[in-house]
Amino acid sequence: MLSNGFTTPSSLSVKDLPWQIRWEKDKCSLCGRCAAVCPVHTLELGVFRKRLVSTPDLSQPTPDSPPATVYQTYQGIRQKTDPAYACVGCATCSLVCPNDCIMPFRTDETDKFRFHVNRGGQARNRGGRRNAPDAAQGGLLDQIKFPRISMLTDPALDAGRHEFELRSLLGRILPPEESLKFFHEQGWTPPVREIYPLMIGGMSFGALSPNMWEGIQMGVSYLNEEMGMPVRICTGEGGCPPRLLRSRFLKYVILQIASGYFGWDEIIHALPHMKEDPCAVEIKYGQGAKPGDGGLLMWYKVNKLIAAIRGVPAGVSLPSPPTHQTKYSIEEAVAKMIQSMYMAWGFRVPVYPKISGTSTALAVLNNLTRNPYAGALAIDGEDGGTGAAYAVSMDHMGHPIASNLRDCYLNLVKLGRQNEIPLIAGGGAGKNGKLAANAAALIMLGASVVQTGKYIMQAAAGCVGSEADRCNICNIGLCPKGITSQDSRIYRRLDPEKVAERVVDVYLSFDTELKKIVAPLGRSTSLPIGMSDALAINDKAAAERLDIDYVV
Amino acid sequence: MCRLFALTSEEPQSPMMAVRALDVMREGHDGSGVGLFLSDLGGPLGEMKGAPILSGIFSNEGMKRLDQFMIGIGFMTKYKMSIKIPKSPPPGVPKRDVYLIRAYEYPETWEGLSQEELDYRLLMTRLQLRQMGEEGGDMIIYSFWPDVIMLKELGDPLTVAEYLQLDRKELQARVIMAQGRQNTNYAINLYACHPFFLQGIASMTNGENTAFVPIREFLSSRGFPGYMGYQSDSEVFTHILHFTLHRLGLGIEAYKHIITPLQDEDLKGHPQEGLLKTLKQSCRRLIIDGPNCVIGCLPDKSLFMVQDRKKLRPGVVGGRPGLYAFSSEICGLDATIPQRNKNEDFQPMHLDTALVDSERLEVKICSQMDSLPLPH
Repeated sequence: MLSNGFTTPSSLSVKDLPWQIRWEKDKCSLCGRCAAVCPVHTLELGVFRKRLVSTPDLSQPTPDSPPATVYQTYQGIRQKTDPAYACVGCATCSLVCPNDCIMPFRTDETDKFRFHVNRGGQARNRGGRRNAPDAAQGGLLDQIKFPRISMLTDPALDAGRHEFELRSLLGRILPPEESLKFFHEQGWTPPVREIYPLMIGGMSFGALSPNMWEGIQMGVSYLNEEMGMPVRICTGEGGCPPRLLRSRFLKYVILQIASGYFGWDEIIHALPHMKEDPCAVEIKYGQGAKPGDGGLLMWYKVNKLIAAIRGVPAGVSLPSPPTHQTKYSIEEAVAKMIQSMYMAWGFRVPVYPKISGTSTALAVLNNLTRNPYAGALAIDGEDGGTGAAYAVSMDHMGHPIASNLRDCYLNLVKLGRQNEIPLIAGGGAGKNGKLAANAAALIMLGASVVQTGKYIMQAAAGCVGSEADRCNICNIGLCPKGITSQDSRIYRRLDPEKVAERVVDVYLSFDTELKKIVAPLGRSTSLPIGMSDALAINDKAAAERLDIDYVV
Repeated sequence: MCRLFALTSEEPQSPMMAVRALDVMREGHDGSGVGLFLSDLGGPLGEMKGAPILSGIFSNEGMKRLDQFMIGIGFMTKYKMSIKIPKSPPPGVPKRDVYLIRAYEYPETWEGLSQEELDYRLLMTRLQLRQMGEEGGDMIIYSFWPDVIMLKELGDPLTVAEYLQLDRKELQARVIMAQGRQNTNYAINLYACHPFFLQGIASMTNGENTAFVPIREFLSSRGFPGYMGYQSDSEVFTHILHFTLHRLGLGIEAYKHIITPLQDEDLKGHPQEGLLKTLKQSCRRLIIDGPNCVIGCLPDKSLFMVQDRKKLRPGVVGGRPGLYAFSSEICGLDATIPQRNKNEDFQPMHLDTALVDSERLEVKICSQMDSLPLPH
């Protein structure tokens, strides 16, 4: 802009943007890779004109003396400031730069960009996470400590050499008296699965790229079949590739049905051909990242394959309704839906609902305790991630998982039904990279199983998302790592075999860390669900709220 | 650490026999308290098998309230054992007014009640008295049950036993359980002292129950008034046994399957895989994580010993027909029954339940890998 020109309301300078690109002219080889790879096309070729002022030798002026002012040009890159092309900080430019001469930096103040990302009246839409940068404080789960160390009255165990049985149960567990009665009468008892307590939460085929999905599935299969770890993965709402439905690997998969019923036509048609029952069916009523809002797969990502599996036309956005349209009351319709899903697999597969964290969770739970078919309750806290959602939903809606889970568990204790309806907690576990500690805290607060999604994307595939609003373009299918893209030119960057290896790495190291937590507590024979006497926090209000010890 | 000693004998024995064994093992406990459970009684109390016996500690004020309460229900004193104690207690032992052991006649209105109802009312009477005592601070109630005497006090076991003159005929019993050491995990409280008792079932434990809180939460939410207290993490072992026998209708052989279920690979070949898997899943909340050695007495006067899965606590069973003892350490056993075939001493491991029934002819060992006898 010229100094006497004019501005539009959305004329921003580089300083106003959340991410600013520093580029070093001296090191740049002008190879152009950064501009080619930038997912949001923020980099463009820049031709810069530069004036050099030199002082001629005035003592002996000759007609050949060079002019005092010389204009030169040089080439480089320029950062666009149009909000539509603002840098997202993914740093793929740095990744490809042969000379390390380019890198985005976060602005040192609150950006102005946020006031202009609603052009055309479109509220901001993104993928990723809540972007609550409380990593410095550690987040609530990170603040929880495990102070009950076995010392001289009972020996601490050797995490490396002792035997551990850290397994959990998924499915409705009857009270002992009833379960014995049914056993003797050879009556029907609800199906129960013995699973590893860390489950990969629902990330759909569609939200994730084919390579990412395949990689995770391969990793999970390897963990089950080679490492003896019964790890389970939820499909999310988007169906399941037909070949997987007809394979023996289906038993490691939890099929999710949500309000759009995407993919269920394919699943129902595959029923007669299934060699194995799925592990379970998750009925999604809510998601922690965008509670009260339905799933969303934006048109960018609905290619032919996705459209075929979901049974929809290609190239249209797929918003699921916020609620199942047939549901008008939990007493009747939800119970019926749970039963119908049981019926589809001859009452051999546990069915459980998933809700987003909410202050009404107790009402749902109380109802489920009276429904003998409800196989679990999954609660997804506000720190959960998503492939696409309105930023306002992600940033402001929802309930933190810790207190929601704790209330539910203590309520079950009051009813004498703790662990009969396993609580599955998700949404924020491993948010700051401390997955095992967070998961152990959730288990001791009362969770039978912990769900994680973002952590797997970050650790197994190199997702660059952070709590500082970095990247977060999963929604438009331009994921620079190919994790959430449906464009084969992008997702071919991701090698499924390497993803599978990393999934295995993640689980093995998680297992070691979990043992390193439970062994000093003297626990090995069973997963310490609800062992709240092992927990403490140095925040008095939080301690009181969670009914755990306060330590300073 | 606690030290435990239990014996079962054809001939009634003095409780001193067990207390002396504790004294032999004194290196292993800090002498901060002693608890005794006596059953299959000899002496005059043994002759009134059906009469419920109240055991506890009372202040003079508490005695008045007790009499008032019991008369109100219709209980008549049948036999009273008085312990005349010296005026000043030895160091470390609090001064008490009355150590009470008293047998009652059932109220007339209770005649014709079913055994189950009778058992329930005895329990409720004990709990009411306990509550009164907690409110007034004037009574501590240990048991109220036929053919059972319990005594617990702070102080060194041998000193306490001599002070209370336990070596007397009225206290002789065929089954004796003794534990040395007050519970040190929580506040000093006689209700935290082993053995624990509930409706004919008693147990005492060595070690720390790391899964205490979830187990306590499960038991407290069963809606059974007897599942209360929990001043000690070991009290749950008595209640889990009660739950196994009374609520699940299973035998002692199933107890290990509840507290330390078999691991999956072992379950696979087991003749009752289905049943055990059902038990493992539905009783998961009762799985203990040890390290614990549990010695207990069943309503039929059998004594047993089990270890947790880790088997990190000592425990040995040995003796000869007619006299067997369960001891934390072999030196306790040696001191009590030196004339025995030591080759037959048995230290239960992570799968075993060692049992001596009231015939007292042998130590029966059942392994979790064996078929589980089921009641018909």
